[in-house]
Amino acid sequence: MLLANHPLLGKTIAGDKTSSLTIRAAEDVARFSLRIDPASAQSAGAAFGTPLPTRIGGLVENGGRTALQLGPDEWVLLAPVAESDAIAEAFAALQEPHSLVDIGHREVGILVEGEAAALALRSAIAFDVEAMPVGSGCRTIFDKAQIVLIREDNNRFRIEVWRSFADHVWGLLQAVSREIALGI
Amino acid sequence: MLLIRCPYCEAERPELEFTYAGEAHIARPADPSALSDDEWRDFLFIRTNPRGRHFERWRHMHGCGRFFNAVRDTVTDKFAMTYKAGAPRPSDEEIALAASSVKEARP
Ligand SMILES: [Zn+2]
Repeated sequence: MLLANHPLLGKTIAGDKTSSLTIRAAEDVARFSLRIDPASAQSAGAAFGTPLPTRIGGLVENGGRTALQLGPDEWVLLAPVAESDAIAEAFAALQEPHSLVDIGHREVGILVEGEAAALALRSAIAFDVEAMPVGSGCRTIFDKAQIVLIREDNNRFRIEVWRSFADHVWGLLQAVSREIALGI
Repeated sequence: MLLIRCPYCEAERPELEFTYAGEAHIARPADPSALSDDEWRDFLFIRTNPRGRHFERWRHMHGCGRFFNAVRDTVTDKFAMTYKAGAPRPSDEEIALAASSVKEARP
């Protein structure tokens, strides 16, 4: 995988101990962009091995495979790298018209964890991050970069960002975690 | 920053995620070749440009990606309501109702 060479891989921003903010590059995953008529979402879920969420922002996680609905007919699918080929084959056998695009090399995952996670994200995201339900996700803007934000748990978020924007997002998170550590 | 309600996401999202896309409810002529040059000019370029209530298209570009329609006041910049693309132009009563329910929802 191309990501094996990404400069962020293996890096961590260790935040302040009291707020226990940790930001690290996520392990590589397989990523697909799926476009399909929502009426066929059920058979697409069968092909993916995990039912697809049925409302925008909905997130379904099952056995390491994650499906997030981004738009009326658009989903992003995440899975362990080793399962990438099997997923592509399963969708190739799907009769309903659809488009499945491997975007595994396009993005980098960044995990933001700890009590100050929402605070750190709030610095560059214009909507109410605290109010975002656990187990949901959306496409949005982080500073000037488009990202997909997933709230995995109360204090754990995942950012999916295009490789070329990743350094920008990382740099901002670095600065923010420093501010949080210093209490300013 | 403005918060704009996306009728597809059913959520209020920051203005940053949206792009403006011109006046709404402008139907493409059914038979374009039958139009005179003046009529074609009007279709392409001439807009109402009102002072006050404006029906307009927006796109939730950095969200669900969808185009939708909005009713916005060009003087106050307040959004009265948003609705899905393809839905008919809302009546005055519908707009007033939507605008008042937004006011109630906000503390
Ligand atoms: Zn939307």
